[in-house]
Amino acid sequence: MRYVIIGNSTAAVGGVEGIRKVDPNGSITLIASEPHHTYSRPLISYLLLGRTDENRMKYRPDSFYEENHVDAHLGVTVTKIDPEQKYVETSSGEQFPYDRLLIGTGSRPFVPPMEGLSTVQNRFSFMTLDDARALDQVLMPESRVLIVGAGLIGLKCAEGILHRVKTVQVIDLAPRILPSILDETGSAMVQEYLEKKGVSILTGTTVERFDGHHATLTNGTACDFDVLVVAVGVRANTELAKEAGAQVGRGIQVDGEGRTSLPDVFAAGDCTETMDLASGTTHVMAILPNAYLQGEAAGQAMAGRDAPFDNAIPMNAMGFFELHMITAGSYDGQELVWKEKDSYKKLVLRDGKLVGYILIGDVARAGIYTSLIRQQTPLDEVDFDKLKDHPQLLAFGPKTRAEKLGGVPR
Amino acid sequence: MKRVYVNEKWCLGCHLCEYNCAFANSGRSNMAMALKGVTIHPRIQVEEDPVRDIHFAVNCRHCEDALCVKSCIAGALSKKDGVVVIDRDKCVGCHTCVLVCPYGAIMPDESGLVMQKCELCTKNGRDIPACVDGCPNEAIVFEERG
Repeated sequence: MRYVIIGNSTAAVGGVEGIRKVDPNGSITLIASEPHHTYSRPLISYLLLGRTDENRMKYRPDSFYEENHVDAHLGVTVTKIDPEQKYVETSSGEQFPYDRLLIGTGSRPFVPPMEGLSTVQNRFSFMTLDDARALDQVLMPESRVLIVGAGLIGLKCAEGILHRVKTVQVIDLAPRILPSILDETGSAMVQEYLEKKGVSILTGTTVERFDGHHATLTNGTACDFDVLVVAVGVRANTELAKEAGAQVGRGIQVDGEGRTSLPDVFAAGDCTETMDLASGTTHVMAILPNAYLQGEAAGQAMAGRDAPFDNAIPMNAMGFFELHMITAGSYDGQELVWKEKDSYKKLVLRDGKLVGYILIGDVARAGIYTSLIRQQTPLDEVDFDKLKDHPQLLAFGPKTRAEKLGGVPR
Repeated sequence: MKRVYVNEKWCLGCHLCEYNCAFANSGRSNMAMALKGVTIHPRIQVEEDPVRDIHFAVNCRHCEDALCVKSCIAGALSKKDGVVVIDRDKCVGCHTCVLVCPYGAIMPDESGLVMQKCELCTKNGRDIPACVDGCPNEAIVFEERG
């Protein structure tokens, strides 16, 4: 069996490990545009923060390709998939035939058209190791940094660089920060915390026009800066799949085993759209653990074993300046809210089940909540009063605890 | 492989497992010196309901299909001879493992910057996990079960 994988990040690594669970012998060829050994993209903010380095941020050990018998072609871009003849072609015209193909092309920064953007000399995205290296080169103690986008990427960037520049100004058109991850109360709490740490944040406005080091904002004010980071959002890299004829929405459409609409072509990770168990809708989730689990499921399916990943939910663990927050699922339902000075908790219930939660400050053992969402556990089977207090296994009955902890077979 | 299993009905809720865990991973040779006057950060934690007189200890289950290993954004968690181990040099303390662990068995260490978890005392030179070794009532055992 000849496996070809396009990509070299989380989904691709999940794919390799999934294939090797089932098929130790088939040939795996991995082709990726980035020239680097597989590394963790979300760690680039920690790299600038000084909490990791390029060696430690490798996603798998140096021996990964060799140990998994992967023929890795790094720094090589696939430009075409031929689903009829079953080969992929690279920019240099080289062709790689496949029996099963995995597309793990990820996503790329979305830069909206902004007037005068080309007049800005120091402008960056913040997604890849090369982005981080480039930004690292220009940051000076006297730098004034403007970050457009108060989502996870923009704010992690702010955290990563604040200690080494003069000012960090974050702006976002949305009325609040992290709008797709937190609710209004959570956003306000985290914004206040970030401002206390020294990050300036302006919401409800964006750049009307750039002129060199000067940005005129839509709210009538202006901002002078030395370095610009655009972190407005990301778009799934679906072009290869689309041109090959696969069904594509905002992401490549796949089933629980990562199958696309094309025979023997699979896709996983940020380039796909998947069913969200918590909301019942299909969308691009771009969540690292999901990318791995999808890649692993696809890899196993490619090698002939069905082990679907069918309980994907949006979920995030984030920290800014040691304030941690964990969120998961959908916020559409009956809300239970606890708010204290330094912590916030919201549980969301629907149809007798936990479907979502937000924890800020005290995030201990949050995975017990996540598991209730993913397993769709009816809350009348657990002691929900205990769970409201904090996540704990005491909420389960003695029989379930014996299974979970006592090694008693289910 | 051998794992730590809980016999809930024998647990007294004495919390000795927590102290033995903290001591075993303290790098100190004297228990009093290691633990006196400090807030301990054990990798095993006792849950208890005093009203119903229920107590039991929770530590990493070393899952076959460990979600934490698959979810770790840094590649810091991996399986070694069946034991879920953490490379603390690689960990950045993002808490994604806390987000996914269904047992609530992984947590930040005393620095708050890096996560810690039960590694069955494989890194501190013991044959039997300290929590099991010091349990006065066999409420946690270290056994090979199917």
